[in-house]
Amino acid sequence: MKTGAQLLIDSLQAIGIEVLFGIPGGVVIPIFDVLYDADMKSVLMRHEQAAAHAADGYARASGKLGCCLATSGPGATNLVTGIATANFDSVPILAITGQVRRDLIGNDAFQEADITGITRGITKHNYLVRNAEDIPRTIREAAYVATTGRQGPVLVDIPVDVSTSEVEDVVPGEVRIPGYQPTVEGNLPQIERAAEAINAAERPVLYVGGGAIASNAAAEVKTFAEAAHLPVTTTLMGLGAFPEDHPQSLRMLGMHGTPVANYAVMNSDLLIALGARFDDRITGKITEFAEHAKIIHIDIDPASIGKSIAVDLPVVGDAKRVLTGLTPLVDYRERKEWFDQIAHWAESHKLSYQKNDKVKPQYVIEQLREVTDGDAIICTEVGQNQMWAAQWYGFKRPRQFISSGGLGTMGYGFPAAIGAQLACPDATVVDIAGDGSIQMNIQELATVGRDNIPVKIAIMNNGYLGMVRQWQEHFYNRRYSHSSLNGNPDFARLAEAYGVTGMTVDQPDQVRDALEKAMETDGPVVLDFHVDPEENVFPIVPPGERIDRMIDLA
Amino acid sequence: MKKHVISALVSNEVGVLSHVSGLFAARGYNIDSMNVGETEDPGISRMTIVLRGDDQIIEQVVKHLRKLINVMQVKDLSAAPFVERDLMLIKVATPPGRRGEVIDLVEIFRGKVVDISTRDMVIELSGPEAKIEAFISVCRPYGIKDVVRSGPIAAPRGANDE
Repeated sequence: MKTGAQLLIDSLQAIGIEVLFGIPGGVVIPIFDVLYDADMKSVLMRHEQAAAHAADGYARASGKLGCCLATSGPGATNLVTGIATANFDSVPILAITGQVRRDLIGNDAFQEADITGITRGITKHNYLVRNAEDIPRTIREAAYVATTGRQGPVLVDIPVDVSTSEVEDVVPGEVRIPGYQPTVEGNLPQIERAAEAINAAERPVLYVGGGAIASNAAAEVKTFAEAAHLPVTTTLMGLGAFPEDHPQSLRMLGMHGTPVANYAVMNSDLLIALGARFDDRITGKITEFAEHAKIIHIDIDPASIGKSIAVDLPVVGDAKRVLTGLTPLVDYRERKEWFDQIAHWAESHKLSYQKNDKVKPQYVIEQLREVTDGDAIICTEVGQNQMWAAQWYGFKRPRQFISSGGLGTMGYGFPAAIGAQLACPDATVVDIAGDGSIQMNIQELATVGRDNIPVKIAIMNNGYLGMVRQWQEHFYNRRYSHSSLNGNPDFARLAEAYGVTGMTVDQPDQVRDALEKAMETDGPVVLDFHVDPEENVFPIVPPGERIDRMIDLA
Repeated sequence: MKKHVISALVSNEVGVLSHVSGLFAARGYNIDSMNVGETEDPGISRMTIVLRGDDQIIEQVVKHLRKLINVMQVKDLSAAPFVERDLMLIKVATPPGRRGEVIDLVEIFRGKVVDISTRDMVIELSGPEAKIEAFISVCRPYGIKDVVRSGPIAAPRGANDE
């Protein structure tokens, strides 16, 4: 005989969960009681939102399923932002929540929340387990759903009396879900048509999103792009799916993309979207986006195709499989005129910033790249810090850039860095943060301090909600309503209070030393860079504008 | 906007209705009616959903329904010939001396009187939407006290049903 809690931990081990991020509470005490002597690493977080983000960061860094555990009611609702973040960016996480006793469900019991109802729209699927003997099957099914097709979060809600009830040990059978059969292989005639279109194109662009990373297709992207000789741009979520130092790389497109990427897309005659979803931050004014281009859309999610933009040639399937079928069918074409034009745009519109006597955030990130050999896993918060990181670090490989793209969750980066560090213990993991975002999950300094998790937090401290301030500067007549963060703490001293090394940097010539010292430190470090307070992210496409009409320095 | 009849097979389990209705609410699709009933397999239910929208919206609805884990099959029946039936119970006032007129109407429409009192009667009628609407309008002069409709259920015509 085994308890439901025991079956749960056994099932998590059976599906390969190695680390669990969570916080105990009333109805999950039986589960934590099993964890007390189970052979499974569990990290005690200080807020459930951070537990969900840590599971998400773990999943993005490793490509494996992340797992978090929270109690009922407020524990479960605190997970919600983290689950929504994972859902938007198609990240496989398994969220386990405790629930009140079965006979109390719906009774307004203490710490009760209808979490399956609340998370219905932000999970790929969710379950309320009614019997302990269903736990092994449910966990196996949940893991299968989370990690196949278009990946995403799955929540399993377990009433406390299900966790404590004793049942015979059950071995689950094969997963069989009649309503769930994701299309993995692309349709061959469609792939052939795509190849014809690519071979005929004079001004093609390959536009790569996070789907390429989720499907572990970076090698195939490179082989394909080189075989057909295509310029490649990536979305924020696709950073690292194609090496940014590759001669065919246009780097990131969209609102804060490189001018060359935006010009190339807008002037293309064929746009090949791979695991990308034509987000409004990418397309700007969608009615005029790539208006002369034929569009091929390769995506595992049929509902993504034709959602925002009319597609000429849809291919439903896994990015890696589709590229494997497509690559042998494409011809190498020089397209000299097109590549010359691109080289001209790239040369005449480089990303740049103006140096002065203040610490420039872009400079900090350039220095960080040098100090870490461009090899660190970079997590970000959301806002200016995120865009500077995306523009200035230079990503070489997939799963190197970890950021909340779709939901845009401030407070994501630091706990995600904790997850990434646990997934990749030998990697250098840096959270590029803002002074606003870092305060949205700063309690996790206790987690990294206690467990000596060596993440480095580089705060681009400008004393503002910087992206809000920048929008107010450009679009709201410099009315800086509620964007100044007067009252910020001294972050270095705050870190020290948690037992974490803290450093403050306010001179450009201290940047390099501080970064080197931080990277040499065997443990977590908070680097508080007092950056030029009114530095902007350029270029920027005004919201709703064509993406080739950007505001740039100059 | 064109009327579409979507027919879906779903697993007969707790929460499936809220998954489907939640999808419509979250994506801002407006439905005219939704009908759920068991199929020959008690583990599987059939949903008939009637909604209006342009082709692009309907395509998205179908795709999103297919994405739901507990939805097994989704068809837009309006793409091919189909039969549609709505069931109605209508309580019509029968003013003194006019009961016979109402019964005549019931016969013309091939309905059935299922309950009767001194002041009104309850009539059962099934058929396509237009017939139901027509009957409601001819009853209106007598006074309609209540209308209860199932919303359409539908099945594709012909022997080629997959």
